[in-house]
Amino acid sequence: MKIKPLQIIAHIILILGVLLMVVPIWISFASSSHDSVTILTEGMKFHIGDQLARNYNEVLNEKGGWSEEVTAAKMFINSFIMALGIATLKVVISAMSAYALVYYRFKLAVPIFWLIFITLLVPLEVRIFPSYKIVSDLGLTNSYTGLILPLVASATATFFFRQFYKTIPDELLESAKLDGANAWSFFIDFLVPLSKTMIAAMFIFMFVYGYSQYLWPLIMTTAEEYWTVVMGMKIIYTESYEGVALPRTAERFAYIILSMIPPVLVVVFLQKWFIKGLIQTEK
Amino acid sequence: MSFLDLKNVTKIYPNGTKAVHETSLSIDEGEFMVFVGPSGCGKSTLLRMVAGLEDITEGDINLDGKLMNEVDPSERDVAMVFQNYALYPHMNVYNNLAYGLKNRGIDKETIEQKVNDAAKLLQISDYLQRKPSMLSGGQRQRVAMGRAIVRNPKIFLFDEPLSNLDAKLRIQMRLEIKKLQQKVGVTSIFVTHDQVEAMTLADRLAVINNGIIEQLGTPIEIYDNPKSLFVAGFIGSPQMNFLDGNLKNKTLSAESFKIKDIISDFEGDVTLGIRPEHLSQKENGLINLKVDLVEQLGSDNLVYGQLKDKKDFCYRCPGNLIIEKGSNLSLNIENNKYYIFDKSTGKRVN
Ligand SMILES: Nc1ncnc2c1ncn2[C@@H]1O[C@H](COP(=O)(O)OP(=O)(O)OP(=O)(O)O)[C@@H](O)[C@H]1O
Ligand SMILES: [Mg+2]
Repeated sequence: MKIKPLQIIAHIILILGVLLMVVPIWISFASSSHDSVTILTEGMKFHIGDQLARNYNEVLNEKGGWSEEVTAAKMFINSFIMALGIATLKVVISAMSAYALVYYRFKLAVPIFWLIFITLLVPLEVRIFPSYKIVSDLGLTNSYTGLILPLVASATATFFFRQFYKTIPDELLESAKLDGANAWSFFIDFLVPLSKTMIAAMFIFMFVYGYSQYLWPLIMTTAEEYWTVVMGMKIIYTESYEGVALPRTAERFAYIILSMIPPVLVVVFLQKWFIKGLIQTEK
Repeated sequence: MSFLDLKNVTKIYPNGTKAVHETSLSIDEGEFMVFVGPSGCGKSTLLRMVAGLEDITEGDINLDGKLMNEVDPSERDVAMVFQNYALYPHMNVYNNLAYGLKNRGIDKETIEQKVNDAAKLLQISDYLQRKPSMLSGGQRQRVAMGRAIVRNPKIFLFDEPLSNLDAKLRIQMRLEIKKLQQKVGVTSIFVTHDQVEAMTLADRLAVINNGIIEQLGTPIEIYDNPKSLFVAGFIGSPQMNFLDGNLKNKTLSAESFKIKDIISDFEGDVTLGIRPEHLSQKENGLINLKVDLVEQLGSDNLVYGQLKDKKDFCYRCPGNLIIEKGSNLSLNIENNKYYIFDKSTGKRVN
C-alpha cells in the first residue's frame, strides 16, 4: 500500500494533537511518583520515581481541613454523588421536557422551547446570587440537594433530545397508539430505548459538567464534609505553606491524577453508546 | 345500522384544506372495502379518521354500534398497516407482535400462543427473534400484517401497504392479503391508488375523487356501469377511450361516425366512452383505426393508433390475432357497450 503525502501530513497533525493531550497528563503522573523535594529542586519529571505508592496512599487517607477530618476519598465521594445526581436528573428532565415539547402540540410549545433555549445565555455563574438566595432560603445549604438541584435543568440536553424526537416518524407514534400505548408507555417503551445512545452521550457530558463544578459548591458549602474534588484542588495542602514545611507538590500531582479517574471511568464504560450517539444511525 | 357507519363525515385540516366532503358510507361485518382514487383525493384522511388518528371535523363515525368520534385510537380496537409498515425498530419481531397484547394486560402464555399462531399463519415463525432492520421488504410486510392480526381487532385498516414492494411481490402479497382476510373474516378497509389492486381485493369499492365518493359498488358493477366520467376513466386498464360528440334526438354524432337510437333524452355536448376490450374487427365498422403501435402481452394485444381526426385510440384484441403496424382497422362496438357522459358535469347520461 502506498502512503500519500497528504496522509503523512494528516497523521503528523493527529500525532501532535495526541501529544498535546497526553504529555501534560504523563508529566503529572510521572511527577506524582517522586519526592516533593526532588520536584522542587529539579523540576517536573518525565520518568516514574519510587514514591508512587507512598504519595497516593498519603493523598487518599490523610485527614485535612480545619477540622482535620475530611479526606480526599470523602471529597471524591461527594463529587461523584454531585455529578451523578446532576447528570441523571439533567438527562431525565430534559428527555421529558423535550417529549412534552415535541409531542404535546400546545400553542406555547415553540415559545417555551425558545425560553428554555435562551437560558443557555444565563449559566449558573451569572445567576449565582439569586440561586444562592433561593437555596439558602430553602435551607438547603450544606446538603447534596442544594449542590445538585440548581443545576438540573439543561437547555443543551433538551435541545438535543428535541431534535432527536423530531426525527422519529409520526407513524411510529400512531402505530403505538393503535396498539394501545398511552403517553407514558410511548415514552418508556419507545423514546427511551430509541434514544439510549443519545442518553449515554448526554449522561457523559453532564457528568463531566457536574464533576467539574467549582464556583457553586464553593459558595454553597461551609461544612467541610460537603467539599468536592475540584474545591479540594485549591484548598488541599495549602496549610503546608505556613511555617517551615515545604509545599507538597508531589502529593498535589497525585491528587490531580486521582481526580481525573471518575470521569475517565464514566467515559470508558459508556463510550460504546457514546460514539453511536454522536453518529446516530440506528433509527 | 351496519358494522361501520360513516355519516356525513367532513374533514377540514387546520390549514383550511377540505380533504373529505360530507361522506356517508356503510360497511358490513366481514366485508373487504377498498378506497381507490388518485393521489391527494382524501382516502388516507378518511381511513385515518376511522382509526382515530385525525379528528372528525363534522359528522359521525359508528363502529359496532358505538359512536367513535371522541374515542381515543388506543380504545377503538382497530389495527392499521402503514405504507412504510411503522414496525418498532428496537423490538424484535416477537415483541412487535406482542406489544399490543401486553398493553391489553393479557397474560404471558396467551400472548405467546397468539403470537406463535399469527406467526405461523404468516410464515414468519423463523424470524421471531430478528429485528425489523434484518428483514426483507416482504417479510416486514408480513410482520406488519401479523401485528394487526394478532390482536384480533374489530377492523383492519390498510394504507397502501403494498406500494413499497416490487411488482412481483406486490401481486403475491395482494393474493395473500385477500386469502388471509377471508380466512380471518375481519372487516377491512384497504386504501390504494392502484385500480388493479382495488379490483382484485375488493368486495366493494369506493372510488374517491376530490374528497367525494364518486361511486360505490362491487368491482364488476363499477366496471360495467361507471356513473361518471371520472370513474370510467379511473377504473379499467388500459384506460377507456374518450371521444367528443354531440347528442341530439337520440343520435350521437362524433367526428367520424354517428350512433343512432341511443336510450337517453339528453341533448348537448357529450363525451363518448368506449373500453378497448369492447371492440371487435368488422368490415365497414363504425370506427377506422390507423395502427401506430402494438403491445403484445401474450394473451392479449394492445393496439394503439389514431382515428381520422388524429384522436389517440386503443383497441384490445386476443393475442392470436396478428396486426401489422401501419395497417388500417375497421372496428365495431360490441353489444352497444358504450358510455355517454354529459361533457359539462361528467355525469353518465345513457
Ligand atoms: N396534515 C395535513 N394538513 C393539511 N392538509 C393535509 C394534511 N394531510 C393531508 N392534507 C391534504 O388533504 C388532502 C387529502 O390528503 P390524503 O393524504 O388523504 O390523500 P390520499 O388520497 O391519501 O393521497 P395519496 O394517495 O397520495 O396518499 C390532500 O390535498 C392533502 O394535501
Ligand atoms: Mg395516502
